[in-house]
Amino acid sequence: MRDKTIRPIVLVLLLLLLVTATAVPAPQKSPEEQKITHVLNRVAFGARPGDAQRVHKMGIRAYIEEQLHPDRISDALADERVAALDSLTMGRSELFNEFPDRQQVIRQLGIRPNQKNNSNPSVSDQQNQAQTRAKVQQFMTENMLKRPQQLLQQLISNRIVRGVHSERQLQEVMTDFWFNHFNIFWDKGADRWLTTDFEMTVIRPRVFGKFQDLLLATAQSPAMLFYLDNHLSSTPEPAQQAGRKRPNANNNKRAAGINENYARELMELHTMGVDGGYTQKDVTEVARALTGWTIDQPRMNGSFVFRPQMHDRGEKTVLGHRIQANGGMQDGIRVIDILAHHPSTARFISTKLVRRFVSDDPPQSLVDRVAATYMKTDGDISEMLRTIFYSEEFMSSDSYGQKMKSPFEYVVSSIRALNGQTNGGQQVGRLIAQMGQPLYQYQAPTGFPDRAEFWMSDGALIARLNYAVALTSGRMPEVRVDTNGFKDAQAAALYIGSPDFQKR
Amino acid sequence: MSQSRRYFLKSSGLAMASFAAAPSFLVRAAMAQGTTPSKDRPILITIFQRGAADGVSVVPPFGDRNYAKARPQIAVAEPSRNGAETAIDLDGFFGFHPALSPLKPIYDEGRLAVVHAVGSPDSTRSHFDAQDYMEAGAPGNKSVPDGWLNRYLQGAKRTDATAFRAIAIDAKMPRTLMGSAPALALAKIQDFDVRGPNPKQGGTSELYAAFESMWRNSTFDAVKMLKNANPQRFQPENGARYPGGQFGQGLLQMSQLIKADIGLEVGFLDIGGWDTHANQPGQLNQRLREYGEGLSAFYRDLGDRMRNVVVLTMTEFGRSIRQNGSGGTDHGHASALFVMGGPVKGRKVYGKWPGLAPEQLHEGRDLALTTDFRDVFAEVLKKHLGAADTARVFPNWRPGQPLGIL
Repeated sequence: MRDKTIRPIVLVLLLLLLVTATAVPAPQKSPEEQKITHVLNRVAFGARPGDAQRVHKMGIRAYIEEQLHPDRISDALADERVAALDSLTMGRSELFNEFPDRQQVIRQLGIRPNQKNNSNPSVSDQQNQAQTRAKVQQFMTENMLKRPQQLLQQLISNRIVRGVHSERQLQEVMTDFWFNHFNIFWDKGADRWLTTDFEMTVIRPRVFGKFQDLLLATAQSPAMLFYLDNHLSSTPEPAQQAGRKRPNANNNKRAAGINENYARELMELHTMGVDGGYTQKDVTEVARALTGWTIDQPRMNGSFVFRPQMHDRGEKTVLGHRIQANGGMQDGIRVIDILAHHPSTARFISTKLVRRFVSDDPPQSLVDRVAATYMKTDGDISEMLRTIFYSEEFMSSDSYGQKMKSPFEYVVSSIRALNGQTNGGQQVGRLIAQMGQPLYQYQAPTGFPDRAEFWMSDGALIARLNYAVALTSGRMPEVRVDTNGFKDAQAAALYIGSPDFQKR
Repeated sequence: MSQSRRYFLKSSGLAMASFAAAPSFLVRAAMAQGTTPSKDRPILITIFQRGAADGVSVVPPFGDRNYAKARPQIAVAEPSRNGAETAIDLDGFFGFHPALSPLKPIYDEGRLAVVHAVGSPDSTRSHFDAQDYMEAGAPGNKSVPDGWLNRYLQGAKRTDATAFRAIAIDAKMPRTLMGSAPALALAKIQDFDVRGPNPKQGGTSELYAAFESMWRNSTFDAVKMLKNANPQRFQPENGARYPGGQFGQGLLQMSQLIKADIGLEVGFLDIGGWDTHANQPGQLNQRLREYGEGLSAFYRDLGDRMRNVVVLTMTEFGRSIRQNGSGGTDHGHASALFVMGGPVKGRKVYGKWPGLAPEQLHEGRDLALTTDFRDVFAEVLKKHLGAADTARVFPNWRPGQPLGIL
């Protein structure tokens, strides 16, 4: 925080006591109550009314264990709330067919593109455009098709609704964490259709499993292959296969060769970290090993495929490990295995987890222990989380309220705190974006930084306070909250907008 | 627990009522309003091209015979009289990318200078680290907490400084402006306003007075001051047309803030989408069109006011000289930047050209660096803003030859 003038709300309350003689002193929360609040702030997106009592009854440890086993928690009510979001359960080809690209529809309808003349579009051009629009619209309506933008809206709605209503809170927290760790940008070409599959079938089922499984699944996901260009990466000398079609028929004009985009980010952002001890040579070698890992028909069904013709068959050396020639697709599997077992990866993943759950400046002692768990358990994510949750550093009162909520966490936790309900409609996502977190639309592969100073600019603060007022004064039609526990709506707004509530 | 929560909440309601009478908010805002900063104070606008812009496409060295050789499919073609998609000749050796045609008149007027083969001496090819180093103004050093532009502000205190001395048009505070000197980040002027529970009610409700008592005053002072100044009343002038999209709108807002005379001295904007690993020509064409049209509109719009405005662009590194397997380029080293504005000695490509022969390349693959970005930044700070101590702004920097851009 750049400005040190933030005064805790406590000060306001103290001042208040001086002027209101009728006030009764505020009973302090017991240490146990504070601890439960803390756990709910970190393991879940904050408490709903009644949550604290429930955790108190079952015990903190039992609650955490329950959250680590989402399969044991019924989530029927949340499932019901997202049932109308039809794209979430569709396969990839269905997504391409039901939410078609506008240009594809135009081609399908046999409309010929107009001659481009942007500087002075004549009246007839404008008429043509209007006609095209009408034809496309008619076709879409008749065939009950939707626009790809709807895919983004459904993803956002799903996150918000599940964030607020799911009983499997830690699963939602971890989905948020891992998606951001393996960030992709929804608006990049085919990723408009592939992101849904990425979240629903790649990330969500693996948030508590072995890190290596998650890593491999992302490496072979069409969404990641497309986002970081590995689908285009090929050996400089593609094998001449007589009578066979070239791998990417439309790429014939281009010189073949590696594309090191994914190889670099795989090491820098997904596994070892920038200071993890790899060289430019390692980047090139990893890229060579991953040549041929590509996508079959990126804009039709888009599934992972290994194309031997694109693969560099030569020997590679990655981080001192020799990978023998002619390994084919196994070269890539071997790279994932080497990276997943590297101590730098253990350290890097542990640091990020501890930053998420404990503090912007992760205590080294805890990072070391989580990294040791990683090495001992072959990267078992649940075990790493246990090491964090049952640590002194996590449970210490020093770590209470040390994390600034991201806009998503802020919005979701505020609706929960006011016992609210939402369908995660457009306005909610738009306000989260206005606070600085356009979901699924962070362009760079780093993902949103997990640090307070990233979130708290002046503009973002005003956006947060305006949200607090809109939420509590009934100006958000897609959210219903209950402010009955407050003196009036303004008191509720003050609570939601207070510095204390912006932290977790 | 529910009881204590209930009490706490009731209390906040009362707190609000008691603070409603406090006039400090209005008084301070009115005082801030009283200062009228001079129109002649120099202004610096910095622009970060995130993602590593390909310097040899932005300003193609068509005169270097190794350029086209390294990029059989994606080199920008050398200037020709009849080809529209060819480089725009600057000096017989360098050109502008064809999409930068809106900038050519400004270059010809002598108000736009290029620095080539410029960048950070650190060899990292990580976007994140390289951006961090450039924004911190400290290549290779991860322990510098504040940004270079903020350190400039720290060292150049002004008694009449307003909340708008340093502004980023951005939802987040960029690293460049982070630090102990006050700076403001906002994505849109129209969103930087408080909204009461009733939309018809203004932002001076007692609710916001209570919020102000909980949060930093400076933010609320700025809201008030901006509302009074109403920068949005300024429409683009001199026929300037800003491109649609965030960058163009950001530049328009920057121009409005300058015209509103509320004390802007340093500004920051960024524009993404430069990470052209695949199908580079198409993507770059689009980015550079927006970029060139934006800068040109800004220059035209400000007209005579450009006499004391300098625009400085930057990118974290350049890209590999040889094209990769997908019609793109991978992460490289040195790149090119622009300095534009009234005080600029333009119509010139500054910096020593290192050459593109294989043995001249950095690590055998990238454009070698001949100018440290800090030499350019420091010169702009010193000659344009009158910075006294650039050594403090750029720790451990060993100044090179003055470039003479200003």
